[in-house]
Amino acid sequence: MKAIPFAYSVRNLWTRKLTTALTAGGMALVVFVFAAVLMLDAGLHQALVATGQYDNIVVTRRAAGNEVQSGVERAQAAVVASQPEIAVGPAGEALVSKETVVLIAQPKRGSGVPTNITVRGLGPAGRALRPQVRVASGRMFRPGSTEITVGRSIAQRFEGTELGQSLRFGARDWTVVGVFDAAGSGFDSEIWGDGEQMMQSFRRQAYSSVIARLAAPEQFELIKPRLESDPRLTVDVKRERVFYEEQSQMMSNFIRILGLTLSVIFSIGAMIGAMITMYAAVANRTGEIGALRALGFRRGSILLAFLAEALALAALGWTVGLALAALMQLVHISTLNWQSFAELAFSFALTPQIVLQSLGFAAAMGLAGGVLPALRAARLRIVDALRAA
Amino acid sequence: MQSLKLILRNALRHKLRTGLTVLGLIVAILAFGLLQTVVDAWYAGANAAAPNRLVTRNAISLVFPMPVHYRDQIRAVPGVRGVAPFNWFGGYYQDPKNFFAQFAVDPVPFLAMYPEYRIAEDELRAFLRDRKGAVIGRKLAATYGFKIGDTVPLQGTIYPGVWSFTVRAIYDGAEAKTDTSQMLFHWTYLNETMKQRVPRRADQVGVFMVQIDEPQRSAEIGQAIDQLFRNSLAETRTETEKAFQLGFVAMTEAIVVAIRVVSFVVIFIILAVMANTMAMTARERAPEYATLKALGFGPTYVARLIFGESVAIALIGAVIGIVFTFPVAHWFGAKMGMLFPVFEVSATTVGLQVACAVGVGMVAALLPGCRAARVRIVDGLRAIG
Repeated sequence: MKAIPFAYSVRNLWTRKLTTALTAGGMALVVFVFAAVLMLDAGLHQALVATGQYDNIVVTRRAAGNEVQSGVERAQAAVVASQPEIAVGPAGEALVSKETVVLIAQPKRGSGVPTNITVRGLGPAGRALRPQVRVASGRMFRPGSTEITVGRSIAQRFEGTELGQSLRFGARDWTVVGVFDAAGSGFDSEIWGDGEQMMQSFRRQAYSSVIARLAAPEQFELIKPRLESDPRLTVDVKRERVFYEEQSQMMSNFIRILGLTLSVIFSIGAMIGAMITMYAAVANRTGEIGALRALGFRRGSILLAFLAEALALAALGWTVGLALAALMQLVHISTLNWQSFAELAFSFALTPQIVLQSLGFAAAMGLAGGVLPALRAARLRIVDALRAA
Repeated sequence: MQSLKLILRNALRHKLRTGLTVLGLIVAILAFGLLQTVVDAWYAGANAAAPNRLVTRNAISLVFPMPVHYRDQIRAVPGVRGVAPFNWFGGYYQDPKNFFAQFAVDPVPFLAMYPEYRIAEDELRAFLRDRKGAVIGRKLAATYGFKIGDTVPLQGTIYPGVWSFTVRAIYDGAEAKTDTSQMLFHWTYLNETMKQRVPRRADQVGVFMVQIDEPQRSAEIGQAIDQLFRNSLAETRTETEKAFQLGFVAMTEAIVVAIRVVSFVVIFIILAVMANTMAMTARERAPEYATLKALGFGPTYVARLIFGESVAIALIGAVIGIVFTFPVAHWFGAKMGMLFPVFEVSATTVGLQVACAVGVGMVAALLPGCRAARVRIVDGLRAIG
């Protein structure tokens, strides 16, 4: 079977520029929405995977769900800290951090709208448990002082968080002595200070959570049942990574369900657009099709030529749509995470998988829109087609 | 009249193409209406707020409580009619997925300031008499099949342990915008239980709902309340209920903005489809338009034909789309359950749908219309599809 040159299909698109541009434009918008949603979800996921270490555990009060609602009494925290599976640091200290996590409402820069920020009071080993955190400017807070270090995205978006400024909460002024970069993880949206100082100023008698490093990751299976069944404790033990994944479950589901539903609905519009264009292309070229058939091209070749045309249209839409979506990587989203009730910043992340998924999606749109018109073209009888011209 | 007939005849000439375009329009108008309704649902809490209600909370943030004795001090502020402690309970029913709003309130002052919660006389009495009793909204009752007399056990997340309540009353909303997916119970039950379980966390109030006499004095009264507790361990922040609710919306602003943007993207997609249809139509009929001109019809008449056809197709799609919006929104709202307590298609949404359709029809006809009006008769007659 001799194939009709691909150039024939492409030239045809080129002849009717306005129609081609409009159809491809519609497809590009759909690809853009589709890719942007997946990128947003990927960005959220990256931020959270980067937040949790696989060999860290988070201990919170049973059924609390997040650190802010949780409370672990001092005596209970001491029990957790004395477990044999917990790793030991270079100076012989146990890698355990008893932490205080609260929310404060702070005005956003620009709009001035008060938004909840997570404030975390760390124990002495707190920093060693988060190797991804680096000081970007200034220095870390000193233990036992009313100094705080703020995450990168907090410093960018909130008032009063520049180096040397101070924030007032818990009836004290806290001086900002540094900004840290947590490599795009959830810690970028937190403020860190000394745990014991925060307990006093918020008049708390219980920690919020206990974070610990395991000497070996597989020992999680030992420590979890022991702590959860200990009659002195009423706690949940989770791997840190799992804990943070659960924190964003609702947000992730919301983005995915809403975004994918919209993509499907929108793609119906774009497919209809492609179908209209392709039907018109077939109708306008009935005579041409007849001539091609008379020259000896088979029905299959005609079918392929028109499908190729629809796919070329989809490829154009995909290129433009994905290029637009790639630009979204420059945008940072910050919003309230419903489950932790605090501000969370993340960005759009373009992964190779998304590139392929959106290509598949665009191709499916092109095929679905082009198959019926192409069939009609292939079914034309030579005599009728030639006569119609 | 004659031209109207011509427009309709023209529109129906390519039945397949017109049908597909209308189908596309229906989908787009439907999606647009649904997205606008989602945005409306986001603002439902703020829209249901009354101007004579203020909210007093801890100035640090909502997670910090205030001592219960603030109630009497706030009540003494001139202009305040009633004060009700109000705690977010945040429990779940059987599984964390089954989430709905529960509040511990002081029922007498609270229900006095929320007249939109309608409760039958005898049910109200039964609720007030039972300290472990609860009032639930009609929508919540329907979702989980709760009936009066049922025991509802909730796993506490903020307040540890399992708590059980007996449904004593079901409230209806006075208006469609009233949230009937909540559960209310006695604040004293929460407090007395906490005194036994975790004594240091008893006598703590999350938020005070404050009813005032004159809404126009709300700013002044709010300041007077905050002044009372300045330099105390728990400084307060008082604002109107509307501002309080809008604060929640503002925190999730990015999502609202994204949905808004997307709802207009769909309009652009359909604009591209519609413009394409009109461009093809006008190109194919160039000889006809030239003939009309040759017969003596002016360029505006030809342009009007194209505009009329475009708007007519857009309106047909819009009308069908709007008719479908209501059942689809109803289905969607039911599926979303407790996430959107109020999910109603507003008149504004319908207006916007019509406006968008007409706009799309006009813009789509712009280029082909102008071209047809301007084309010279000779060129038009010579043109082939």
